[in-house]
Amino acid sequence: MAEELIIPKNTTDALALNRPIVEDTEYTTLNLGPTHPATHGIFQNVLKMDGEKIVSGEQTVGYIHRAFEKIAERRPFYQITTLTDRMNYCSSPINNMGWHMTVEKLLGVTVPKRAQYIRVIMMELARIADHLICNSILGVDTGAYSGFLYLFQEREKIYEIYEEMCGARLTTNMGRIGGMERDLSPTALKKIKQAVYHDLPKALAEFEKLFNRNRIFIDRVVNVGPIMAERALEYGFTGPNLRAAGVDYDVRVMEPYSSYEDFDFDIPVGHNGDTYDRFMVRNQEMWESIKIIKQAIENLPEGPYYANEDHYYLPPKQAVYSNMEALIYHFKIVMGEIDAPVGEVYHAVEGGNGELGFYLVSDGGRAPYRLHFRRPCFIYYQAYPEMCKGVAISDAIAIMSSLNVIAGELDA
Amino acid sequence: MLSNQQIAEDILAHFGENVKNFEEPYELLTFTTNRQNIINLLVYLHKHETFRFRFLTDICGIHLPDNAGEEFGVIYHLHSLENNKRVRIKVFLSADDIHIPTATTLYATANWLERETYDFYGIIFDGHPNLKRILNIEEMDYFPMRKEYPLEDATRNDKIDALFGR
Repeated sequence: MAEELIIPKNTTDALALNRPIVEDTEYTTLNLGPTHPATHGIFQNVLKMDGEKIVSGEQTVGYIHRAFEKIAERRPFYQITTLTDRMNYCSSPINNMGWHMTVEKLLGVTVPKRAQYIRVIMMELARIADHLICNSILGVDTGAYSGFLYLFQEREKIYEIYEEMCGARLTTNMGRIGGMERDLSPTALKKIKQAVYHDLPKALAEFEKLFNRNRIFIDRVVNVGPIMAERALEYGFTGPNLRAAGVDYDVRVMEPYSSYEDFDFDIPVGHNGDTYDRFMVRNQEMWESIKIIKQAIENLPEGPYYANEDHYYLPPKQAVYSNMEALIYHFKIVMGEIDAPVGEVYHAVEGGNGELGFYLVSDGGRAPYRLHFRRPCFIYYQAYPEMCKGVAISDAIAIMSSLNVIAGELDA
Repeated sequence: MLSNQQIAEDILAHFGENVKNFEEPYELLTFTTNRQNIINLLVYLHKHETFRFRFLTDICGIHLPDNAGEEFGVIYHLHSLENNKRVRIKVFLSADDIHIPTATTLYATANWLERETYDFYGIIFDGHPNLKRILNIEEMDYFPMRKEYPLEDATRNDKIDALFGR
């Protein structure tokens, strides 16, 4: 995409970038973070600076490491959902559903079509919320605050839908092993329709009008922090950041889960893998998500919203008070007394930032023997020093912002 | 479409006794090799003209204290984006000698993943450019994901497992 734009060649910025590094230069060490408003999270970058130009950098991560993998080895499966919320907290429902699907794969449970469609709707709303934050914050970091303010109103509406679905806003704990905890309520459906048919397209169109062809924005982001497709693959990039480099890898298409094969949508890809391409890919993905949600609402199947899985899905409260069997199951599930089958599963979903994988080893006990989260942020953040080598500090901020590094996901 | 059978046969033909325990849990080809052959195997799969396993999805460790002589495991997940096929490779190491060659020469991704594995299990990746702790503090003198460190405080007596039938 960026190739079609006029790239500033002889601006002072471009000339400054090409100035060679002199050996006897005195370097400055600059700590960017751990708590800096521009890092959007708790992680540190120790940068070696030559004037305003970055010579090299080293990241320190782990400031909010909460030992989720260790905690998970002690918890029954349904209690691990709340840990996944706190990884990429900008799109918690995707993490939740990814975990439910991993356990369902281990148990061999087939979830009814209706539940799968509701999951798709919630996951795509989460993706929109995630991308909204990333793109509007990129605007803030390049000096445009208004886009952020416009879009956060829309994000608020998505959070109201979460609230309607599960009662929570940020750490959602949405869905259950075997389905959803409740059906799509008429209010929720109304709010979703209002969002995808009216509010979101309007806000996105306005946002794109403000940014896509904005001269100042283009000067700040085009050709900033580009990464080649080959290098991106070596670094294990996935999601929008990889697609911006031109590789059309999307887990939703490659290994469809939760009925993604039923929907018709495109995978947007970029050319150069620079900040502008990442921005544009995310923007386009939001439109694709809106398309998917519309299809899901229009073809929402009737039927149950949970699988008939007594050992994992809580029985209705009425039945618990009146039916002995239901009471037993309720007790066993809540106390985590149910043993899972032996096996090992790898399940991947397309998270807001890329391939979010769950590697689960079960030894037949109540809790996982080993659970490993493949966190896309943790993997691609390694490339950051290479990407910001030789750029000005203000560009490094834009690069970090467009990579969408979420501290919760980085540190698990 | 490439099948697990084809991949397994090809690898068996090249590596013979050095690869074993072929399984297909949930349709994902899984097998075990040893640390002398792991890098050769990764290179072979990377360079293979039809398989093209060029994307390293994940590296993680596992601790199996009851598995005498093979207490530690390193698990690699590879992905062939062209064929849309995944494989899982396991290497088991003895607790007395937990060294394994690094995969950073082949994949830039492996850097932090190996550091993370070292951080939690103490598995030493020989040849790694910067093998130090990543998520935990550097002063830490133990490897927290090992099974000898149970999660709950052992001195607490208000949670008796027997009362819950555990």
